[in-house]
This record gives sequence, C-alpha cells and structure tokens, in this order.
Amino acid sequence: MLRTVLTATALAALALAIFGPITNLLLWAFTETWYFPAKLPQSYGFSFWERVFRPQGNAMASLWNSLLIAALTVLVSLAVAVPAGLALGRGRLPWRMAFLFLFLLPQAFPSISVHMNIARIFYGLGLNGTFAGVVLVHAMQGMVFSVWIASAAFAAVDPALEEAAANLGARRWTVFRTVSLPLALPGLIASAIFVFLSSLDEFTGTFFVGVPDITTLPLLMYNAAMEGNYQIASITALILLVPSIAFMLVIERFLKADVLARIG
Amino acid sequence: MIQKTEAQPHLGRSISLSDLHLGYGGRDVIAGLSLEVRAGEFIALLGQSGCGKTTILRALAGFVPVRAGRISVGGTDMSRTPPEARGMAMMFQSYALWPHMSVAQNIAYGLKLRRRPRAEIRARVAEMAALVGLGDLTARKVQDLSGGQRQRVALARALAIDPPVLLLDEPLSNLDAGIRATMRHEIRALQQRLGLTTILVTHDREEAMSMADRVVILEQGRIAQAGTPEEIYHQPASPYVARFMGLGNRLEARVEQGLLRTGNGTLPTGGLHAPQGTPEGPAEILFRAESARLGPAPGPALALSGQVVSAFYLGSAYRHEIAVGDDRILVDAPQRHQAGTPVGLHVPATALSLFPARSQTSVTGQEAAMAAIPTL
Repeated sequence: MLRTVLTATALAALALAIFGPITNLLLWAFTETWYFPAKLPQSYGFSFWERVFRPQGNAMASLWNSLLIAALTVLVSLAVAVPAGLALGRGRLPWRMAFLFLFLLPQAFPSISVHMNIARIFYGLGLNGTFAGVVLVHAMQGMVFSVWIASAAFAAVDPALEEAAANLGARRWTVFRTVSLPLALPGLIASAIFVFLSSLDEFTGTFFVGVPDITTLPLLMYNAAMEGNYQIASITALILLVPSIAFMLVIERFLKADVLARIG
Repeated sequence: MIQKTEAQPHLGRSISLSDLHLGYGGRDVIAGLSLEVRAGEFIALLGQSGCGKTTILRALAGFVPVRAGRISVGGTDMSRTPPEARGMAMMFQSYALWPHMSVAQNIAYGLKLRRRPRAEIRARVAEMAALVGLGDLTARKVQDLSGGQRQRVALARALAIDPPVLLLDEPLSNLDAGIRATMRHEIRALQQRLGLTTILVTHDREEAMSMADRVVILEQGRIAQAGTPEEIYHQPASPYVARFMGLGNRLEARVEQGLLRTGNGTLPTGGLHAPQGTPEGPAEILFRAESARLGPAPGPALALSGQVVSAFYLGSAYRHEIAVGDDRILVDAPQRHQAGTPVGLHVPATALSLFPARSQTSVTGQEAAMAAIPTL
C-alpha cells in the first residue's frame, strides 16, 4: 500500500517536472489577461496570435530568417561534412582522431566566450550583422554533429562494396555517387536534421554576431520574455516546437534503428 | 530483341605473373612469384590463411599495388592499370552486393557503366539471371535472398560484363555444405561453357581439386607446387604439400643402401615417390590413413606391426589409431579392431611419399597438417 502511494507520488512529481512547464507555456500562449495572484488566466483568446502572425509583424520575419539561416547552415555544414566524413570515415587519414577532436573543440569552451571572440573577428571582416556571419557561426556548431555523424556513416559502408563497383568499371567519382553516397545517405540526412534543429534553436551565436540586424525566433522569444510579454514568448516557443516534432517523426519513420545505432 | 542468346565461349585471356612482389607496409607478402595461366584455364590458389593467396587475387583486380614485377593479361602489361580499367570481374567472399539496389540493378550495374541501351541491359539481366538459375528473383531486394541466391547474384553481376578473367575469392565459404557442392559444380560448368580464364582462391583442398584444371599450392608467399589435381594429390613435391593434401601419417625413417627402413619394416626405395631424391641417411615417409591397410596389400608394400590404441567410426570406415613403436599412426579399416589387438599393417609402395629428413620443413609440414585437416 505504502509502496503504491510512493510510486504514484514519484510518478506525479516526474509528470509535473516534465509537463508542468509545457502546460504553463500552453496556458500562456492562449492567455489574454493573467494577473497575480490568480491561479489561472482570467481570460483566454487569440489576440496575441494575431499579433505574432500579422504579416508585417516581427515574428513572421524572424521565422523566415530562422528557416533561411537553418537551411543555409545545413548546406554549409554538409559541404564540409561530406568530404571530411569521407576522409575521416575511411580511416586512411593520419591524425584522424586529432581532426575529429578539432571539430569538438569549440564545444569544449564556454560558448559565450567563444562567440564573443568570433564576434570580434567578424567585426574586422565585416561579417557582423550579416546572414553569412550568422550562418557561419551556426555551421561551426553544426559541424560537430555533421562531421562526426558523416564520418560514422561513411565508415559503416563496407569497403568491399566500393571495390566491387570499381571492379566492374566505375571510376572514383562514380563509385562515390552510386555506392558510397546512397549507402551513407540515411546518416547524412540524420546529421542534416540535427544541424537544422540546432540552428533553429541557436541563441548565443546569433546574439553576438547577428544583433541587431538579424533577428531569429529564439532572439524574438528572448526579447519578449525580457519585456515580460509571456504570451509572445510562449507562442514563439510553440512555433519552434513544430519543426522539432516534425523531424522527430521523420527520423522515427524513415531512419531505421540500425542506422541510428551505427551513428552512435 | 535478344541479340546474344548465350555468352560466346572462349573469351578468356591468358595471364602472366612474372617475378611479382606484393606487400603491405614494410613486409613483402609475395616475393618473386611467377605463374603462367593459359587462356580459359581454371586455376585454384590453395593455401592456409596468411599464405598470400588473397593478396595475389587482389593484386590481379588492382586493389593491391604491384611493388615489382609484372602482371600481364593477354600480353598487355596491367601492373599499373587502375582497377576500373582492368575488365576483370571479381566475386567477393562477402559477395559485396549493394543493399540499396535490387537484384536486377546489381546485375545491370556494369552494363549501365558501359552505356548499353536500356533494352539490351534488360535482356542481358534476364539472360544472366537465367544463366545462374535466379529465375524471376530479379525484382527482389538483396536482403530478401538466401546465401545461395546472393552468391548467384554476385556471379551474374560479375559475368554480365563479359569479363575475360573471372576472379573468385573464397566464393563458397559462406554457404552450407549441401549448396556448396552444387555451386562448385555449377561454377565449373559455367566457366567451361563461357571459356573464362578463372582464378579461384580457397583454403579448401576438395574445392580446389574438384573445380580447377591446375592447383597452385602456396606456402608463405611462394609456390610450393603447381600441377593438376591428380599430380598434387598423388605426387606431392614437398612434405608441406603432402601434409596439406592429407598425407597425415608421418614416420621417421632411414635410407640405407637403397633400402628404406622404418621401425620394424623395410622396403626398396626404387619406385617410391621421392621428389627430393633418396640420399642416404635420415628420411621421413608420409601416407594417408585411407591408403594403409590392416592386413595384406596387393603389390609391394611396407609391412609394419603395431597395436591398436583406439578406433572411431567415420561412416565410410573405422579409423584406427595404431602404436608402431613410439609413433602413432592412423589407419582405416572396414571392420573395427578392439583396442590392444596386435595388428600387421601394410602401406602400398605407391601410396608412400619419401622425403629426406629436414627438421625445418618437417616442422612447417606438421603445422600445415594441423590446419589442413579440419575434420577427422
């Protein structure tokens, strides 16, 4: 009996920890007025949604910025990750582990100090406040995922499969195009999704490099929260949830467990 | 629609390996190997793992660089040709089928690279599938096939490009014993029909003997013996080859005045198989358990007496372990003899191989025997 009670209490606490903030967020997203000390909002409505989705509003512009930056970040990081992954995954490169750790390095330092210094350098190059600058900052963080995952994906391709293609007359590029790339593709897609999502959520890099010219959804959310406008912040958070959940479903649907296991 | 009803015979080309040096890192795996292969000949490279047989095959395909010497095919030097330009089709031990393609796409790959018209490719895929007995499985995914079927796909894929040379890397080692016997026969029949020059790498001596025109036994990167299956089976050139070919019984002997003496038996050396000569002094004799008899043998034979230690049933015969002096030998007999029974045994002179004793070769021969006899 005591056991059951304890278990139930523990589960309730866990559920509160997980669902509490989300419930609060959902409530705030549909709140018109909610003043202390009321336990629940005094009135509900969609007026803040209208404000967020107003075509000339800040939010839509930031959403497009976010999506554009995320897409470009994916392209840039794949452009590096595919050749790097091929070289690292095949294990012929000397100092293989050193290269892999090199890509981890930016993550090892406190991100604020890293981004502050990047902002300084970008000032000198005229990259501050530009899309290119923000994309580069995001790509640097995305590289950690994409290079590591891509090298795992290419390493998982049996060299005999590539030799078999060469044996039948395929030149190097054809071997890559018809055998290595299609076989590594699930891993590359996974890495692209991770990079896309991490770019969408990125805050500090955009804050140091992009502000005030480039505003993304996380920055909008930050500003709204700082101004005490919880409705706007909550709605922005919900918008940010959409791609994350969509891609989670994609990953679950199309990437089989064995592919993901190989990446890990 | 189908222009070529059957692949034309005699498309094989001759291969010549001369003073070939191959290796990885600082070590030469193959040093100074020379071998001539006739057009259309089926050669088996036989040896233990690590003897360099796969290295030779991969060098032929272009995956292992030639350090010195020449590989020429049909008279053309191919030592520096990249793999894709050699036109040799290799069947990999793992089959190396592409899992993201269907059976038909796997078979069509080499033809697409050669930019054949689509209708011709379709016809050729169907022809190849029929040739190797795949029937209507061409639409399947590779993962849905059994081991034997995958093997056929790999063979069809290799044959589809009309290769002058077919390279087989342990093609049957991943199959069940039953299918293996069938595939041996089928590959041999196809090779004969198409006239392909074929190099087979294997560690299975039965496979090598049953498929090849000529068997090349490799020992530590050099050719220990090359000959027809009958030659290497009956006339091993060295103790190593003898052990490898299943001459599992070894007795120390002496050659004195043209007479072979071992334990309690003697035999004139004249007419014995002694490829390294019969110098006076210590020697060793080797013979198979199947060729010795408990009881009299027709013709000249080495007569020995011993005592049965144990016997076990093989199905075709009872194999007896016999103590002859301090030595232990194995002899097959149709009936079981109880342990402890004194027996007289005869080894026909034609079944004996005599070699001058050289401690070094004896030792490696012993090791070879341990590796070469997988079943008793």
